[in-house]
Amino acid sequence: MHRAGCDGTVGVVAPRTKEAREGLAAMKIAVLVKQVPDTATHIQLAADGSAINTAGIKWVLNPYDEFAIEEALKLRDQHTGEVVLVSFGPARVEEAIRQGLAMGADRAIWVSDDGVADVDYLGRAQILVAALSQEADWDLVLVGKQAVDDDAAQTGPLVAALLDWPQAMVVLGLTVDAVGRRITATRELEGATQTVELPMPAVLGAQRGLNVPRYPTLPNIMKAKRKEVRQTSAAALGLDAAELAADCRVVVEGYQLPPPRPEPKVLTGDPAEAAATLVKLLHSEAQII
Amino acid sequence: MSGILVVLEQFEGRVRRVGLEACATAVRLRHGSVSALAFGAGADAVAEAVGALGVEQLLVLPDAPFDRYSSDAFAHAVAEVVRQVEPSLVLFGATAFGKDLAPRVSGLLKAGLASDVTGIESDGDDVAIVRPVYAGKAFQRVRIVGTPKLVSLRPNVQPVGVGEGPAALVSRPAVEVGAPRAVVTGTERNDETVELTEASRIVSGGRGMKASENFRLLDRLAAVLGAAVGSSRPVADEGWVPHSYHVGQTGKVVSPDLYVAVGISGAIQHVAGISNSKCIVAINNDPDAPIFKVANYGIVGDLFQVVPALTAALKAHLDAS
Repeated sequence: MHRAGCDGTVGVVAPRTKEAREGLAAMKIAVLVKQVPDTATHIQLAADGSAINTAGIKWVLNPYDEFAIEEALKLRDQHTGEVVLVSFGPARVEEAIRQGLAMGADRAIWVSDDGVADVDYLGRAQILVAALSQEADWDLVLVGKQAVDDDAAQTGPLVAALLDWPQAMVVLGLTVDAVGRRITATRELEGATQTVELPMPAVLGAQRGLNVPRYPTLPNIMKAKRKEVRQTSAAALGLDAAELAADCRVVVEGYQLPPPRPEPKVLTGDPAEAAATLVKLLHSEAQII
Repeated sequence: MSGILVVLEQFEGRVRRVGLEACATAVRLRHGSVSALAFGAGADAVAEAVGALGVEQLLVLPDAPFDRYSSDAFAHAVAEVVRQVEPSLVLFGATAFGKDLAPRVSGLLKAGLASDVTGIESDGDDVAIVRPVYAGKAFQRVRIVGTPKLVSLRPNVQPVGVGEGPAALVSRPAVEVGAPRAVVTGTERNDETVELTEASRIVSGGRGMKASENFRLLDRLAAVLGAAVGSSRPVADEGWVPHSYHVGQTGKVVSPDLYVAVGISGAIQHVAGISNSKCIVAINNDPDAPIFKVANYGIVGDLFQVVPALTAALKAHLDAS
């Protein structure tokens, strides 16, 4: 059973009960998605170092979110139900949303960032939770284990804490008992895998290896154009932009590029001689062996 | 609010190394007294290891339900201990444990968290924080507003040093939590492999390895060096090695002292993931491979000759020293 209140909940989303579904195990799954720069991007900074230079960046769906969407689609196809994408960001994120819809998600909720200045991880999680709270009956919230832009890996656990739901992050394997409302997840640890059991509703973070995301087919890309993307805003969700800004706890003061690496010493010629020279350099010059 | 609380990950009385790195960092920052919190059986036994580094007080929660990891129960416990100890700063390790737990604590306390931090310095009562973004292609300078400030530290970055302080004073905080919901029911440890994100030496193979079985060459080199074995993304996608070997922007981001890239051309995503390595060695038959641009040392040649030669030369050197 859902145990409310303990986590200092904002926006409680009532869990769907088995009875309410008259014995059916249909699942209503939200996938939180983020648009990020393609991983092939050479990151450059704005002249004053206050931000990264976004000119010319190719924006894509966060790679880990593809694993989350794929898992949601598999669960829906197995149990029936629906998959809803939820995203926060500027107008460009619609492209990432359409990509997820083309994979097979049923509809989407897009929270535009109009009027919302800088928010931190907590602010973003509050916005996503507010969007989820517009609807009832969620069974699962899936996320990518991290977004490959800020690499913070915070959204999943933050949303779980705010909803007061249990969580499992870095998930490599998943078994869902939709009728018994129990989940068994396998998590990747350092040099180990861990099995976690948790009740639904829950927040799950997808890791590479969980599945192989499907490619959108042309007919599905066409279909995705007609799927519902409901646009909303922080204000429409009852959140005050000034309060969100005032609550910003993590402030980015600026960016810097990594220091340049030294000129390499490259050895050629006889492999045995090159190897022996390298060992000498690693010992006497680099002093790491 | 003053002082620093370090949330440790321990197993059978042994602290995960990043926990010791966090303790040493906490003492170095000089923000008042340093306490540590440890969960599960054997928690008391870490008092000497953390005390040596300057931790004054060790809070332990050794008994059920804290004998098995639960993100919700542990997060409530950390939040409760923070309310009792009132630290200005709480440090975690950015391991699977800390990455799972710290943001949940952040959500409970509405406290700001900077994750996977590589740089942290005192600035009066404040801390100046640096953390990598885009897998290390850039770094963010961050400040956390309000207290407590939560920080998770990337493993293998902060020095530990040798300490001679007395064992930390052990106490048991009174912490009540409801029944845990997400509960660990089993942990399967891989063989004696060194974990990539914590390894001080890594040997990695790419497409140039040509086939799965040729990774045996790297296993032998790694065994001589005491290194972990990793890979580029394409060979993990090919199934030559498990996904857990994949080093790069959408795999493991690593920070070893020595990274040996064998038969890896150096795609931007891979280079980003290794850019925090102290010394990079590249072995590749293509002198124009981009990996040489980030390497400290390189050998241009046939890896099937160079790797066995390097293995033999290293073995001879290490046996002699």
